[in-house]
Amino acid sequence: METTGYRLSVEGKTGEEATIRLAGRLSLDDLEPLMADLQAIPGRLMPRRLSVDLAGVEYLDSAGALVLIELQNRARALSIPVDLLNVSEKDHGLLSLIDPELLQRPPLRPEIVQSPILETMGELARRQFRDFQEIMSFVGELITALVYCLAHPRVVRWADVMFYMKRAGADGLPIVALISLLLGLIMAFMSSLQLKQFGANIYVANLVTIAMVRELGPIMTAIIVAGRSGSAFAAEIGTMIVNDEVNALLTMGFDPTRFLAVPKVLATMVVVPILTVYADLFAILGGLIVGVTGLDLTAFTYIQQTKSSISIFDFVTSLIKAIVFAVLISGIGCQRGFQVRGGAEGVGMSTTSAVVSAIFLIVVFDSAFAIMLYYVRH
Amino acid sequence: MSPSDTEPVIIVENLTARYGDVTILKDVSFEVYRGERFMILGGSGCGKSTLLKHMIGLLKPYAGRVIINGIDICRADEETLQAVRKQIGVLFQADALFGSMSLSQNVALPLTEYTDLPSDLIREIVRMKLGLVDLSGFDNHMPAELSGGMRKRAGLARAMALDPMFLFFDEPWAGLDPVTAAELDILIRSINEGIGTTMVFVTQELASILTLAQRVIMLHKEAKGIIARGTPGELREKSTDSRVLNFFNRHAM
Ligand SMILES: Nc1ncnc2c1ncn2[C@@H]1O[C@H](COP(=O)(O)OP(=O)(O)O)[C@@H](O)[C@H]1O
Ligand SMILES: [Mg+2]
Repeated sequence: METTGYRLSVEGKTGEEATIRLAGRLSLDDLEPLMADLQAIPGRLMPRRLSVDLAGVEYLDSAGALVLIELQNRARALSIPVDLLNVSEKDHGLLSLIDPELLQRPPLRPEIVQSPILETMGELARRQFRDFQEIMSFVGELITALVYCLAHPRVVRWADVMFYMKRAGADGLPIVALISLLLGLIMAFMSSLQLKQFGANIYVANLVTIAMVRELGPIMTAIIVAGRSGSAFAAEIGTMIVNDEVNALLTMGFDPTRFLAVPKVLATMVVVPILTVYADLFAILGGLIVGVTGLDLTAFTYIQQTKSSISIFDFVTSLIKAIVFAVLISGIGCQRGFQVRGGAEGVGMSTTSAVVSAIFLIVVFDSAFAIMLYYVRH
Repeated sequence: MSPSDTEPVIIVENLTARYGDVTILKDVSFEVYRGERFMILGGSGCGKSTLLKHMIGLLKPYAGRVIINGIDICRADEETLQAVRKQIGVLFQADALFGSMSLSQNVALPLTEYTDLPSDLIREIVRMKLGLVDLSGFDNHMPAELSGGMRKRAGLARAMALDPMFLFFDEPWAGLDPVTAAELDILIRSINEGIGTTMVFVTQELASILTLAQRVIMLHKEAKGIIARGTPGELREKSTDSRVLNFFNRHAM
């Protein structure tokens, strides 16, 4: 069996010639104590001449060699000559590979350290501004590409559009349906607790329908799509950037925005309104379940009440909102993807940023819609 | 290495490799000796990388076994496997440097993971390794800022961080110009001769095969296995197999 650890003995008196005998394994496993032991010897003994006898060394790896070279450096600093004795041919080869000079050479570039707070804030502001510029120029490119595609429908990659419609739409339907159904149940249940006290049970239908169709339906669906598909768009395009695939498209004369972003934007523009309608329906179904089981309403009265509470205008504006959200989600997803620089880390950041930015923009635009629609209605 | 040094340290026995239902390699057996520079040759898609991945335990064989240092890595428990992995350094086809870390952080990673050395000692080891591969001074550069040859060398420094007994290389010369490739050859040879690391290469780079390989096996896609073995000189001069001769003489099939 191989021995473990190293053995070390020192012969010689202070100020005279001294010999260090090393044996066993000089390896990475014992680097720390070995280094400490050996580094202490020259300064403690201050010998005229130091010999290091390696006759008993069974195994030497580059960490062990490093220790010997550091010992020589240390002794040289104290002007003590060092001889290595009984170095095997193999160990000699290893020792000659390591250049003591290089161990001292400072890095060509200093380590990156955290900059002071003011600088960081300035950098942050500058980055925000640049980010805004990039988004604006991407919006320009996207609009140009969309208009071009509108004029030349044949250049659109319809197969891709279908693919993303399935990905963002059909595959997302179960989760949208489930969440809206639960939302409808919860809204109906919570409001029924209050409305019961006034005998106004029937208005649960109005509450669920108006809240869902006007506000929650579009916004909930948009947030789910942002999480599912906006992030996927960013990751997909970002990975293509990292792998030079986008550069390949450019050199083949394709417009990456038209090639990659337009199908995604068109697909989401179609599926988000459809998903929104489904979300509304499932929430109403949730309300209906509570109404029938908990409030002694008949399904017929509940549906009649639902119908009367909503106007075509509400429905249409809700779809328009959904289309706008779709453009925001897919647009920011693609833009974040195109923004990726560097490697895997960049892709991760772009994915996060795609979702966060999309949700932020959805809320901002929803507020704008709320104010606009208020004035339109009155 | 001296020819008397004939202790096999890697044994591949009747290895059959499959992806799903597709058999890539069938009944492949060979041995690698201590301190040797061993090469696995063959055309694109013949299963060289697949074989390498089986040898380092990334893929489990469909049948057969791989024994490294006396340990059957296909059936070893996780703890034993971890110990074997410490003995293995791999330089992947794409250099697989972590893009978000500087060179010194890349090389220091296995050291911080597997040892509890203080940071100044780790820094010193990292310096030494970077010096070994001719990259001293580039401690704080990011991988993206380096040329292909430098990235390969940095990957080598990281693979060697723990002084492994074995180094595996997947197409280390791919994408390098002939001069840079020759420099890498010299570096690899000096490490092999200085440290005595056992080296296994997967390659189709003729120049490096002829200068560096001590023993080779050649795989073939249709044969799903080894069609020739020996020294590169033997294969080039004495082989009667047209597939081998075409490979060494760069003829089209
Ligand atoms: N993960 C995988 N799944 C299925 N087939 C694969 C996979 N990786 C490789 N292959 C197939 O196995 C064969 C051998 O691949 P590989 O080992 O990478 O070849 P080489 O490195 O010799 O060029 C190829 O035909 C390839 O298509
Ligand atoms: Mg390969």
